[in-house]
Amino acid sequence: MKKNKTIPEQIWQFFCSARLAVYTLVILALTSIIGTVVLQNGAEEEYIEFYGHGWYNLIKAFDVDDMYHAWWFLGLIVILCVNIIVCSIERLSTTWKIIFPKKIIFNPDRFRKLKNLEIFPVKKTLLSLSLEVEKLLSKNVGPVLKEETGKSVILYAEKGRWTRMGVYVVHTSLILLLSGALIGSLFGFKANLNLDEGKTLDTAILVENKKPVKLGFSIRCNDFNVKFYDTGAPEEFKSNLTIIEDGKEILTEDILVNHPLTYKGINIFQSSYGSAPPDSVSLEIFGQQDKTALIRTVKIGEEFQLPDEETIFKLEGFLPHFDFNGHDLGQAFIGRIVEKDGKSFQIGLPLKFPTFDKMRKGSFAFVIKEAEQKHYTGLHITKDPGIWYVYAGFILMIIGCWVTFFMAHESYFIEIETTGELSSNLYVSGTSNRNSHGLKIKIRKMCHILKG
Amino acid sequence: MNSSFLLSSTTFIYALATVFYIGSFAFKKQTLSKAGFIVLVIGFLDNSAGIIMRWIESYEMGYGHAPFSNMYESLVFFSWTIAILYIFIELKYKESIIGLFVSPLVFLAIAYASFDPNTSSKISPLLPALKSNWLIAHVITCFLGYAGFAVSFGFSIMYFIKPRNPQSESIFAKLPSWELIDELTYQMVVFGFLFLTIGIITGAVWANSAWGKYWTWDPKETWSLITWLIYAIFMHLRIMRGWSGKSLAYISILGFLAVLFTYFGVNFLLSGLHSYA
Ligand code: HEM
Repeated sequence: MKKNKTIPEQIWQFFCSARLAVYTLVILALTSIIGTVVLQNGAEEEYIEFYGHGWYNLIKAFDVDDMYHAWWFLGLIVILCVNIIVCSIERLSTTWKIIFPKKIIFNPDRFRKLKNLEIFPVKKTLLSLSLEVEKLLSKNVGPVLKEETGKSVILYAEKGRWTRMGVYVVHTSLILLLSGALIGSLFGFKANLNLDEGKTLDTAILVENKKPVKLGFSIRCNDFNVKFYDTGAPEEFKSNLTIIEDGKEILTEDILVNHPLTYKGINIFQSSYGSAPPDSVSLEIFGQQDKTALIRTVKIGEEFQLPDEETIFKLEGFLPHFDFNGHDLGQAFIGRIVEKDGKSFQIGLPLKFPTFDKMRKGSFAFVIKEAEQKHYTGLHITKDPGIWYVYAGFILMIIGCWVTFFMAHESYFIEIETTGELSSNLYVSGTSNRNSHGLKIKIRKMCHILKG
Repeated sequence: MNSSFLLSSTTFIYALATVFYIGSFAFKKQTLSKAGFIVLVIGFLDNSAGIIMRWIESYEMGYGHAPFSNMYESLVFFSWTIAILYIFIELKYKESIIGLFVSPLVFLAIAYASFDPNTSSKISPLLPALKSNWLIAHVITCFLGYAGFAVSFGFSIMYFIKPRNPQSESIFAKLPSWELIDELTYQMVVFGFLFLTIGIITGAVWANSAWGKYWTWDPKETWSLITWLIYAIFMHLRIMRGWSGKSLAYISILGFLAVLFTYFGVNFLLSGLHSYA
């Protein structure tokens, strides 16, 4: 061992320890708790109200209000990655030699000293036993190596050398997954788009900073439908969308929650919905004096003369919240009546109370017969070029865990020794790079078969 | 016969099995634990029938969804997973005393589901986001993982009550050998870890198909990650640092506390996206 290491060597040593991995994992687990207790991405006032100014400054200093993206948290993750990579490089050459040996060799003395060694006599000749063992090993384990000396035969077989790669697969999958997340956050985006039925838009609003982002194509919402259970809870919502690029309709598809649409790497998710202002209403107009009634469909912005041929009605617009003497009456059309002397006033026609206008006791009353309920569809739009790395990481992690946990590099050693003309002694033992208990059971089983 | 009858009878049958196991242990009667095992298997069959009935009933009500969609259903399923895992272990290792540590967990999970006033056993319709096969895979694998951790928790407790002295007169002297406890604790953690890993992954895939984000750091997700990290630490300590026995049992107990917190604590103490599980 050298005493004076250079600084790069010291850094390499630091990242090359499994102890570091454990410490970093402990710190990650502990600090992750913070973000589940302290509100994330809240407004300044919320923190000040709850924690006071002193604590708020501390929260800000360490980005605790968005801690999973804070420099120190990301730093911990970087340390983990470097740790894994350095450790893997350091061990790879050794592991490689173990996994792909030039020639498989084994040391009989080592196997004779193993704790799981079983010794028992069998009343058979060396030759017939040797054939029997060879068959057993090649069937259950793998190719058999044989060493014969005059009085004894040694047979050796092994399997699962490659499973030693499992750990590397798990660790690689972690790196892959984290790089996928990094690629996604650097080159992808998350945005929202609220699209009224019948409208076409080509720009969404980024979640992060509310800035607009061009999609490179337009989306038209042809139709939106929501179905409810009889309990009133929403059962399903569905938008029929058309993608339009360079003025050409490319494709038309339904999207539902859990069934997004992907076009040119951009994913369109059904995320919410709401009511869009209707653009016309069918009104029944009652004349108070002559008791006449007439039905007419009016568009927003349209004006017309009432049956008295003097008064003019104009449908001015639509409000999501109509305020009447301090009460919120909900969605309402707003109309304006212009009398013949030029005096005008506004009236509100709330959807919830169709006959509301009768209370005004004016010379005409406007009753809502039908207003086409329009919706907007709330789309969540994302681009995530890292997702395939993440998914590949997922698959590799499952495979790697399976190999690491449930498969092993096992070697079996069986020595047959002649003790008489028709009798032999058998020595059976084995090694495994994990799960020695399972191996013991397998060795016992093998002995059981050989005892016949 | 409806599911709520089947599932409430399951609660009592599991309670009976627990009583048998405790009795067998307290009076040192092997026959009682045999009876306990039979009762437990009956409870398990009842439990399975209840889950299937509930599935059928949800179709009859017109909602049609797998019975893994709220707190009640997930607890019932949690009992089921612990029970099946335990039955497997008893058949394989023939150490009925383990049942003393596991049957109470089987009983407690379903009893909590039945008796907690805040847990509604009504079959309710699914919100649109929950209609996904990924969700079913997510719930099943997560709970298999939790069951593995629960059983390994049972084994870890043994480290603290088994007497060191093999000649001890204590009734706990009959617990399985140290070697077997160590082996089974590890095997159960491994089983749990594999399934928790798959559970977190299927959850992420589901979230990505429903909302377009596979990871949002909501408290439930974060706590399941914390649980995962604790067991990853367990594994590295055992494999790389050669830990075993009591010190490792502490980590396994800590891990199970994290499981419980992920499952209950987050719902009651912290707020998040998940409606239940
Ligand atoms: C969570 C992030 C993880 C980090 C930071 C991490 C890091 C490390 C490090 C630095 C080592 C020692 C160096 C080496 O042998 O290559 C190691 C070893 C090991 N890790 Fe991980 N690991 C992680 C996750 C996992 C997972 C999920 C598994 C489960 C399969 C796992 C299984 C192992 C095993 C079995 C070893 C021992 C390797 C051997 O025997 O040669 N690791 N880990």
